[in-house]
Amino acid sequence: MNNFFSILFSTDFAFSVLRVMTPILFAALGALISNKAGIVNIGMEGTMLTSALTGVIVSAYSGSAWVGLLAGIASGIAIAALLGFFTLKFKTHIILGGIAINMFASGGTVFILYLVSGDKGASTSLKSGVLPSVHIPLLQDIPVLGPILSGHNILTYVSLLCVIGLYYMLAKTPLGLRIRAVGENPQAAQSVGVRVNRVQFISLLISGFFAALGGAYMSMGYLSLFTRDMTAGRGWIGIAAEAVGRSTTLGTFLSSLLFGAADALANALQVLKIPAELIGTTPYVVTVIGLVVYAVTEAKVKSRKLAKNLEKNK
Amino acid sequence: MGSSPLLEMRNITKVYPNGVVANSNVNFSLVEGEIHAIVGENGAGKSTLMKMIFGMEEPSEGEMLLAGSKMRFRSPQDAIDNGIGMVHQHFMLVPSFTVVQNIVLGMEPTKGGSINYKEAVRMTEELSAKYNLAIDPHAKVENLSVGMKQKVEILKVLIRGAKVLILDEPTAVLTPQETEELFRELKGLKREGHTIVFISHKLKEVKEICDRITIMRSGKTEGVFTTSDMSERDISRLMVGRDVVLKYDKTERRAGPAVLRARDLSYMGPEGKPLLSHVSFSVREGEIVGIAGVEGNGQAELVQALTGSLPGVKGTVEVAGENMIGRSIKEVRDTGVSYIPEDRMRQGAAKDASISDNLIAMFYRMKEWNRGLFLNKKKITRFTEEQIARYNVRCKGPEQPIGMLSGGNMQKIVVARECEAAPKLLIAEQPTRGVDIGAARLIHERLLEMRDDGCAILLLSADLNEILEVSDSLLVMYNGQFVAYYPDVKEVTEEELGFAMLGIKRQDAAEVRRALHD
Repeated sequence: MNNFFSILFSTDFAFSVLRVMTPILFAALGALISNKAGIVNIGMEGTMLTSALTGVIVSAYSGSAWVGLLAGIASGIAIAALLGFFTLKFKTHIILGGIAINMFASGGTVFILYLVSGDKGASTSLKSGVLPSVHIPLLQDIPVLGPILSGHNILTYVSLLCVIGLYYMLAKTPLGLRIRAVGENPQAAQSVGVRVNRVQFISLLISGFFAALGGAYMSMGYLSLFTRDMTAGRGWIGIAAEAVGRSTTLGTFLSSLLFGAADALANALQVLKIPAELIGTTPYVVTVIGLVVYAVTEAKVKSRKLAKNLEKNK
Repeated sequence: MGSSPLLEMRNITKVYPNGVVANSNVNFSLVEGEIHAIVGENGAGKSTLMKMIFGMEEPSEGEMLLAGSKMRFRSPQDAIDNGIGMVHQHFMLVPSFTVVQNIVLGMEPTKGGSINYKEAVRMTEELSAKYNLAIDPHAKVENLSVGMKQKVEILKVLIRGAKVLILDEPTAVLTPQETEELFRELKGLKREGHTIVFISHKLKEVKEICDRITIMRSGKTEGVFTTSDMSERDISRLMVGRDVVLKYDKTERRAGPAVLRARDLSYMGPEGKPLLSHVSFSVREGEIVGIAGVEGNGQAELVQALTGSLPGVKGTVEVAGENMIGRSIKEVRDTGVSYIPEDRMRQGAAKDASISDNLIAMFYRMKEWNRGLFLNKKKITRFTEEQIARYNVRCKGPEQPIGMLSGGNMQKIVVARECEAAPKLLIAEQPTRGVDIGAARLIHERLLEMRDDGCAILLLSADLNEILEVSDSLLVMYNGQFVAYYPDVKEVTEEELGFAMLGIKRQDAAEVRRALHD
């Protein structure tokens, strides 16, 4: 047990929380922006896988991790555009579209991986690039904080910047106002000349952009190769994080942090003598608990409000 | 008033893809600076004409001239760009946004990439001062009253530079006092040189503020008239082709024992606001009890409580001596309760189902409507045809999807279904909302007939004329409570009713409690 706590309160653990939170946060931001526009993009998982593979292949052939990253982002946006094309133009149900993308990516990435590398499991034969880690001057010398906050992969910092950027965009810019209007009352937006389809399409593209960053991080930061189904549900956890975060940018960030911690805990506990399979379930169990707690507190808050007003009336 | 028309529609015909001719050879002209009413029954083609002016639909034939030159609007944006704005009947607002956010949405002033709210507020305040439309720019729209929301809609249209404003039944949801305020505002807009198209069913209002009237009837224009030359009777005669006056020769009420008795109904809304508090009343055999009130004062919850669809309500509801609280909707209906819901599109009818399927929705379980495992189609068709004839429903036949009918005809089917079940108690919630005068009259007469046959009827309506003409006695709801009870509706004046509805005057509890008839 002592061992357990020494793991939990180490700077290594705190560092790893941020490390494993990154892909979840990207997925959650992707879910957030599309939900705000009233279209539920559940294709996070598939989009991440696609960009993870694209990044690996392109970086291997171009010799540059940066080119790989750009290609990964482009592939994620392309997937989102495809989803938008079918759901907004041809009115396919968005959930079915999302399922199609997830299944297509799950099988398609293995197929392409096999074509390119001759291996169905991992891209070990490809010499793919890895995005650099960043050591922040001054900050890295501060005890405790330094080892936790400095030295992360560049995309981890990008994810934090994305939180700020998305918050600003939604709260302050015309596009953000339109996205929220479209999500809440599309007829109202339409009546003042806002093109609902276009705004939703833009949101989907941004959603694909975030998911793609998450995917690229998986194969070019978190790991240095692509493995089959390597996202392992992080896209879904991201969607859960968005819900638990009550569709607010800050809430989504905090719940992503929580789910990241659960994931990190699962990794850290592997040194203990607990069956790996059991430990492996931690992030998913935490997700379920998170959703339950969310639902219960929602209900409680409501009933408390009710009781309060009852008192007032008496 | 200028002499040449600002907007002219010439020989407009609109045929929808499904073959419905909504407008045929319609002519319409608008003179700058006038308030122009368009009146007509539901399905007469008013909305279609407006949709074409606002660019939501394109005419199949005919031409449109704006200030003398030909125009074609392909989208509402085209109309907006040409100075035409529409205030929709159902508000097009984002509830969680502030007033100013709603107003500038789609045309946000920016400063360095982000919205310049200071400028937006300044624009809003400038407009609201200019047109005397007082509003708090920072208030959240969801917290506003209906009248305020309408102001936001009007400002939205004005800020986009509209010179022509189309108002689609703007007074339908307003209190009498709010209506007066709206009229003052419209007159102000007229003084500023704006042109207003006013769509309404309420002839009194049309008489009050409109300069000219275009009357439409079954897709055609019956003519353009100067309002001062026309009496309400003249207008209604042209609208429906017969003399429709909403006055009924009512027989004396012969009230029997109470059929419905509700005691101390209380209900707390999800937001913690008491939506019903200690509501008690009864409805007796052979009488119509009206419940008046501004919408959202608990009427909807009261109806839900009575029909068994409000879990968590406290108090008792008895129908014919049996307790109804906690019963399923089917059990309540089986006791002999019929219900004409307010929202016929969602609750009253299954839009894609046929007229006959909608009609037998209450009966299909009964043995006499079945033959073995199957429905007795022949009997159902015959029954549907009878009802179509009896209620004068304009349709293609029993198998036509009910969603294709105009509002009034759809409502007739709903009323037919609920009345033909021969209920002990009929709850009619806004039974003639958005329905033309002809259909309204037919529905009212059917209600009175049912009353004479001994049915107990509870009528909830926001339409003062309806409630004053049809009811025998009257209750007024305000803030989830009854604030006034008038045993005889003839003793009530509109003014007094308005005061009660707005909570300005209220009777004491004992007086209201007489409605229980203990």
